[in-house]
This record gives sequence, structure tokens and C-alpha cells, in this order.
Amino acid sequence: MKLLHGRYRELAPHLVPLDYTNNPDIRVPPTLIVTMPELKENPFRDRIVETFSEDGHGNLSFNDFVDMFSALCETSPRELKTIYAFKIYDFNRDNFICKEDLKKTLNKLTKGELSPEEVLLVCDKSMEEADLDGDSKLSFSDFENMVSKAPDFLSNFHVRI
Amino acid sequence: MTGRCGPVAVDIGLDFEGEEIEVSTFQEERERERHRAKRSDSDRERRKRGNGRRKRASRAEEGKGESQARHDRREKGRRKRTRRDQDDKGRKRDEEVQAKIKSGKSAKTRKHIKYEKKRKMEEKLEVEEGEGEERHAKRKRKHGSANKEERDEDGRKRTVKEKAQGVKRKKHKKVVETSSEPSEEEDNDEEDNEEVEVRPESLSSEELEKLKEAVDERKKLIQVLRGKPWPMKKKCVTLWESQEFVEKYEGALGKGKGRKLYAYKVMMTKKWMKFQRDFENFKTACIPWEMKIKEIESHFGSSVASYFIFLRWMYGINMILFCLTFGLVMVPEALMGRPYGTIPRKTVPRAEATSAMDFAVLWDFGGYAQYSVLFYGYYNNQRAIGWLKFRMPLSYFLVGVGTVAYSYMVVIRTMARNANESGVGDDNSFNFNWKMFTSWDYLIGNPETADNKFASITTSFKEAILEEQESRKDDNIHLTRFLRVLANFLVLCCLAGSGYLIYFVVRRSQKFALDGLENHSWWERNEVNMVMSLLGMFCPMLFDVISALENYHPRVALQWQLGRIFALFLGNLYTFIIALMDEINLKREEEKIIKFNITTWEASLYNGTVSENSTAPPVTIQPADVPRGPCWETMVGQEFVRLIISDTMTTYITLLIGDFLRAVLVRFLNYCWCWDLEAGFPSYSEFDVSGNVLGLIFNQGMIWMGAFYAPCLPALNILRLHVSMYLQCWAVMCCNVPQERVFKASGSNNFYMAMLLVILFLSTLPAIYTIVTIPPSFDCGPFSGKQHMFDVIQETLELDFPAWFGKVFSYASNPGLVLPFILLMVLAIYYLQSTSKSYKEANVELKKKLQTQNEENKKKNKLAALKAQMDQEEARKASS
Repeated sequence: MKLLHGRYRELAPHLVPLDYTNNPDIRVPPTLIVTMPELKENPFRDRIVETFSEDGHGNLSFNDFVDMFSALCETSPRELKTIYAFKIYDFNRDNFICKEDLKKTLNKLTKGELSPEEVLLVCDKSMEEADLDGDSKLSFSDFENMVSKAPDFLSNFHVRI
Repeated sequence: MTGRCGPVAVDIGLDFEGEEIEVSTFQEERERERHRAKRSDSDRERRKRGNGRRKRASRAEEGKGESQARHDRREKGRRKRTRRDQDDKGRKRDEEVQAKIKSGKSAKTRKHIKYEKKRKMEEKLEVEEGEGEERHAKRKRKHGSANKEERDEDGRKRTVKEKAQGVKRKKHKKVVETSSEPSEEEDNDEEDNEEVEVRPESLSSEELEKLKEAVDERKKLIQVLRGKPWPMKKKCVTLWESQEFVEKYEGALGKGKGRKLYAYKVMMTKKWMKFQRDFENFKTACIPWEMKIKEIESHFGSSVASYFIFLRWMYGINMILFCLTFGLVMVPEALMGRPYGTIPRKTVPRAEATSAMDFAVLWDFGGYAQYSVLFYGYYNNQRAIGWLKFRMPLSYFLVGVGTVAYSYMVVIRTMARNANESGVGDDNSFNFNWKMFTSWDYLIGNPETADNKFASITTSFKEAILEEQESRKDDNIHLTRFLRVLANFLVLCCLAGSGYLIYFVVRRSQKFALDGLENHSWWERNEVNMVMSLLGMFCPMLFDVISALENYHPRVALQWQLGRIFALFLGNLYTFIIALMDEINLKREEEKIIKFNITTWEASLYNGTVSENSTAPPVTIQPADVPRGPCWETMVGQEFVRLIISDTMTTYITLLIGDFLRAVLVRFLNYCWCWDLEAGFPSYSEFDVSGNVLGLIFNQGMIWMGAFYAPCLPALNILRLHVSMYLQCWAVMCCNVPQERVFKASGSNNFYMAMLLVILFLSTLPAIYTIVTIPPSFDCGPFSGKQHMFDVIQETLELDFPAWFGKVFSYASNPGLVLPFILLMVLAIYYLQSTSKSYKEANVELKKKLQTQNEENKKKNKLAALKAQMDQEEARKASS
């Protein structure tokens, strides 16, 4: 807890006070958050920060910050991680992962090294695999079903601090 | 768990623990109370009933408990305690009521002092532990103040002696006496009404029910709170509220042992997890070159990595072979055998002595290198050497046999394991999705690792895309078939042609050899080698071009390519062996002549000494001057060592020129060249998996063939493999480009293994042939003087084992026994094979079933979803 606050304060020493007795409303902008070594290399860092921020623009209050690491920590339950993973991959926040989201995810993962045809093929295949209700977008239940069978979701979707 | 989540979890757990203890102690106390009240008319039966009730109660409580398994031990202890209390009370039943109460209590107190002390200590510890956890601490404070109040109250009622009792127990007493807390009933209303009557009531049963439900709800809420995707603020508020509620109505004061134990457990699980993690890291750190291979895999795909994995595996095998030959043959001979220069076979002959130290000679493994432990000829035929009585010849023979046997065993076992792994657990129903959503490792914080991860994800996507494209491809099947047949026909023609060429050249060279090499030109002398290397250089290219016709999946194409080049190289191998056999025969002819000469030489020596002076000491002859045979075994060993060295050199030099120099030229000449070198013609080279794998396999075949005659071969091979591991890793990373079509190397390793097995078989054949049929040289090596090399076994049996053992052995080797045994083995193999076949079929069948089931499920889900949608719409319509 203290550790976490220390880390939080480290990011923006000029913004974050040491004691929280009078509950100041402090938010650290996303540009500072993504410089954390835990997130620095993550292709989805912007999405992560946006997902956990209350205002949706990536400004994190300390509560959001704690929230983020409690969801990403090693022992948090699978359901919680699934919920947040879904939110992270849902780029346009319409509560469905549509093809555009898939494309964005793929391009972030491969740094855009796949040709457009390949991207299209992968997206089609993924959709075909996981879309159970045939509406050509992945709802949360589709996503949950897919992730629950993934062998290394839990081991990969966590951060150590 | 980090940050705030940690304490939350702990708190929740502790709440339950404490509560349960409390509940059970309530009951205990109540029980005691009742006994006290009813003692005047107490009889045995009644108490028995009480006992039963108590048991029932505790059982009910058990059913209610959430994490019961943990408490069982404690529960038992508690029951024992109560029983003991009762015994005490039973003994003093007939005493006066007041006195009884006191004495009973004191007895109990005495018995419990131990426990109480312990509990107090634990509580103290806990306070220390709880530091830093704010809420925890807060509750402690509450706990403390409550205790104080109670103590004050109790102080009025109780004697000093009783004060020694644990804080908790007092509190419960108070609770029971005043019974102002509703939680009691809550836990008790399953019990008989008798109980309720004893104590004054403050709430009606319905209210109690409601309260109970509310508390339960809150408790549940606390438990699942961590899994809720709420913002932290809301979580905290809810948590605080719920906890306060629960505390208020349950009096969450009793947190003794349970809390401590739970905290301890949480700590231990954390520690254990960390330990496991570290251990995993340690294990991966122990695998040699793992990081290098992973890096190559991420940039060049699993097919290139499979070569390096194979290389590493080879290295491991050679390490074992090296340990065997080095530890059991070379070192004992060097340490305990006769030193250099004592006998003729261990000395450089006079004629060669002047040039024995020249580098050119040593490089060719002549001179001092030839007369050392590195080669067969150096070893003496003395049965036992040194103070250990080490059986040198026997050890030499057994190590030779063991090397081959071990290799067979390892290769076959690895093949079996690989086959197992590839067969099971291949659920690819969400292949692309998993790659997309779960392949990024959020732990990565290092830019280099991240780059590798990006590359590996891209590569794996490319591999998957390729597989997908291949499975979708459906061209003109007749055309493909025709082209494939054509390609195979062409390749067969090539192979036949090259085979005939080799045969022709070898025959010609034998003719030249008979004429004497001096009369022929350089080309005629080196014809065989030149033809071989030219074939080895151009045929693979031809095969590559031909395989473009076939339109196979690249993995399959690679395997075909490997098989074809393998067939080509076999010719290479066997010409070498034939040439070697010819040379062995020549040497043996020579040996016969020398043997005859030596006998005459010895006779003349003997005659000379005797005729001059019969009493004179026998003439001492320098061991260097003794004439000796050609020792064909050492010759064979030398040939192999030379071959390995030249092969290694060629590999390294082609690597440096073909890859490195080319890359450098392409890179730097590109600035001043008329076309784009990097994209155009020479470009950078790709890593040649098939060529490298075959090089490795044939090299290993040489080792297996030659290791018997040159014990230094495994050591040399280790050096070679070690260097090539680093050199090739470097070359791949710095001067090669990934293949255009990266493909997944599933099962490639087993293909390599199969080829290795074939080579192993082919290379042990000639070695075993020479060992069994050709008699050893008469004056060198550990088996000199024997008719066959394997006679050493018989000798050992006769001399070192008791007589009966030899008899048993001779009976066992009787054909009458051996033949049925072999028959039995064949039958067993047949049986096992047929069963494994049927298992495989069943496996395939089951897989199919699973797949169809999955598809059906998918369809069902789709239908259900559609239906739900329809229903929703209908409902909406109906409502509107």
C-alpha cells in the first residue's frame, strides 16, 4: 500500500502530496503514467490507463491507480481480469469487440508488420472462432468463453510491482 | 496481491475464522452454564443427552462453516477440552453447588492456563504483525477497548484467579450472562428451545432471521468484493460499511488463533509462490543457450530454432559419450598404464622421431599425437593396470559397446517422447484469438525483451497464417499430383546419376591406386573427393529447384529435401567406408609380411647374442628401435579424426565466407552499386536448415563409427559443437534474414531423430563388422594377441568370475535358448505395436468426436443466443 503510493508519487512528485488527510482531488495525466517501467513496453499501455481512469481520458487518481494494480496483480480473480481485459481490448468502448478493435489490437501486437491481407485473414479467423452468436462482433460472453479456455491468459495478464 | 487488496483479503478471512471460534466457544460456555444450573438434579442420562446435543450442535456448526477443513484440528482439540471439563465436573458432582462452581472453574482454569497463555502470545504477535495495515490496526484498537470494558465489568463479578483466564473467554461469559447480543441466537436457533428459554430474549425470531440474512449477505459481499469491477473508492466504501455492519452485529472481537494461522498461511502461500517462481527461473537459467535459442526463435521462426534445439540435444549426448570414454578409458590409461616410452607401442619409432613434434605432423595427427591416449594403438594389452587392478581391455571394449547402446537408447526414447508430446493436447479451437488476446506478456518491462516478444508474436502469427493458407488451398489436385510424381522422378534420376558417378570414380581410383599414384595427375588423384564435394554442393540446389514444382507445405518440403540430400550423402559415406576397408586390407597384408620379418629379426638377434657370449646380459633394445606392424586400427582412427577436422573447418569457413562476407559485401557495397544489392540478386543469405541438420547428423555418424578406434573423437566433437553453437547463433543473428515463409516446426525434431537413427544404424554396421570379423593387430591396442576383440569378455568370464557363472553363461548363450528368446521378443514387439496402433486409432476417433461436439455446441449456442434475442424483442414489443 505504502509502496504503491510511493510509486504513484514517484511519477509526479510535484502533483502528489504525501498525506491524504484532506482528500485532495489529484489526477496524474496518462503521459506520466505510461512511463512506469511496468507499462512502458506494453503495446496496450494507453488502453490500460484509459480503461482504469474514471474520466476515461487516462487521468488516474490514486484510487484508480490502486485499482489498476489490484486488477493486474497476480492473485486477483480470473473473472475480474477477464472483465478488464475485455475493456482494454474494446477500443471504441461500445461493449463489443468488433473487427476494428481486432485490427487495432493486431497492429499493436505486431507493430504493423503484417500485410493488410494477413491482418484481414487473422481478423476473419478470430471472429469465426470466437463469435458464437453470429453477430460478427465479440460480446463479453464470447470473450469470456474464449479466455476461460486460454492456457496462458492468467500467467500473461498480470504485472508485478 | 499487492497494495490494498492484500489487507482486504486477510481481513475477510480473519473475520470468518474469529467468528467461528467465537461461536463454538459460545456453545461451550452455554453448555457449562446449563450444567451448572441443572446440576442439582443432574443425572447421567441427562448429561449424556447434553453431550449428544453438543455433538450435534458442533456438527451443525461444522456444516455451516465456510472453510471447515482448516478448523477440524482445532475443533477436535476443543471437544477434548470440553470433555475433560465435564469429567472434572462429573467427579465433583456431589459437592455443594457454589463450591462446585468455583472448583470446577478453577480446575478448568488450571487446565486452560496453557492455552490461554499461548493465545495471549499470539494476540501480541498479531498486533505486531498488523502494523502498517490501517484497518487492521483500527479493529485492534476497538478490540482492545472492548476488552477493557469487559474487564471492568468482569472485575466486579469475578475473583482475581479467574482474571487470569483469557480475555476472550471472559468476554464470552459476559455475553452469555447478559445475552444482549443477537448473534447468539443466530447461530443457535437450530438447536433446541430449551436453550432459548434459559436466556432472556430481546428480539423476535423473524427479526433475528432478517438480521441473520443481512449479516450473511454482507459477509458474502465482502468475500466477492475483490472480484467486482468497481472503482476502488466504491469498493472501499462498501467494504467499510459491510465490515462495520458485520462487526456491530456479530461482535467480531474474537480473533485469536484463526487470524494468526490465516495470516501465516497467506504469508506462506505468498512465499511458496515466490519460491516456485524463482525455481522456475532457476530451471530455465540452467538450460544452456535457452535465451539464445528463444531469441532466434522469435526472429527466425521455430524451424530455425528446431535446428539449434537439435544441436543442443546433440551436445548433451556427446557430453555423455565424452564422459564415458574420457573417464573410463583415457584417464585410467594415462594415469595408471605404463608411461610413454616404456614399450614399443608407446614410443615414436626412430625413423619418425625427428619430425614427431612438427606442427604439420601433429596437425595430421601423426607423431606424438599418434602415440598417445588419443588412439587405439597406444593402449596396452595388460589385463589389469595400476593399484586399482583396472581391467583396461575389458573397459575399452565395454565403453565401445556402451557408447553405441546408449546412443540407440537415447535416440529411440527421445523419439517416443516427442511422438507422445505431439499427439496430446492440441486444442486449437481458439488459436488466433489466443494469439491475439493472451500472447502479450504484461510482465515485460525490458525494451529488448519487448522487441523480441513483438518479433515472436509476429512470427507466430505468420506461422499460423501460413498453416491457415495451406489448409485453405485447393488447387487442381491432378496437376499437383502429376507435378509431384514428375519431381520425384527427376530427383530419382539425379540420385541414380550421382550414385553411378560415385561408383565409377571409386572404381577408377582403385585402378589408379593399383598402378601407383605417382603416375597420375593431381585431378586423377583427388577425383573421388572432388566429385563428392561437387555433388554435395550442386545436387541440393537442384533438389531445391525441383521441389518448387511440388507445391508442398514448406515443412513437408523441408522434410523431402532432407530425405533427398540424405540419400545423396549416403553414397558419400559408403564410398568413404569402402575406401577405408580397402586400406584396412592393404595394411593387413603388410602386417603379415612384417610379422614374418620380426620373427626372423628376433631370431637373428637371439642367435647373435647367444653365439658371442652366453653369459652376457641380454641386449637391451630401445623400444623406439623395435620394428612394428602398421596397426590398422590407429590408421582408421586417424582417418576419422582428420575427416572430422576437415569437415569442421569447411563448415566454419563456408559460414564465414558464405554468410558473413556476403552480408558485409552486400551491406557496404550497396552504397556504390548499380542495383539494390539488399533487395536484388545476392541479398542476404537465409539460414539453410536442411544442410546444417544433415551436416550435424553425418558428423555424428562419423563419431559413432570412429569412436572405437579413436577415443578422442567425442572430445573433439564436443569442442566442435560448442564452437558452432556460438558461431552459428552469432551468424544467424547478424548475417541471415528470416525465410520468406516462416513455418511452424511441429514434429521436425522427430524427423531429424529418425534420420539420426538411420545414420546410427548405418554407422554402427561397419564398426561392428570390423570388430567382429577382423582380428586385431598383433602388436598394438588393448586386444593385441587375441584372435577376436570380443574374446576379452570370455577371458574375463573365465578368470574373474566363479566357474559356475561361466557355465551359466555358456548355457544361456546356447542357440537353443537364444532363438526362442529372440522369437519371444519379436512377438512382444508385434503385440505392443498392434496395441499402440489401436490406441492411436481410438485417439483419433475421440478427437474427431470432440471436434464434432464442439461444433455442435457452437451451433447450439448460436441458436440459443438467437432465441434469446427473439425473446427479448418480443418482450420489448409486448411491453411497448
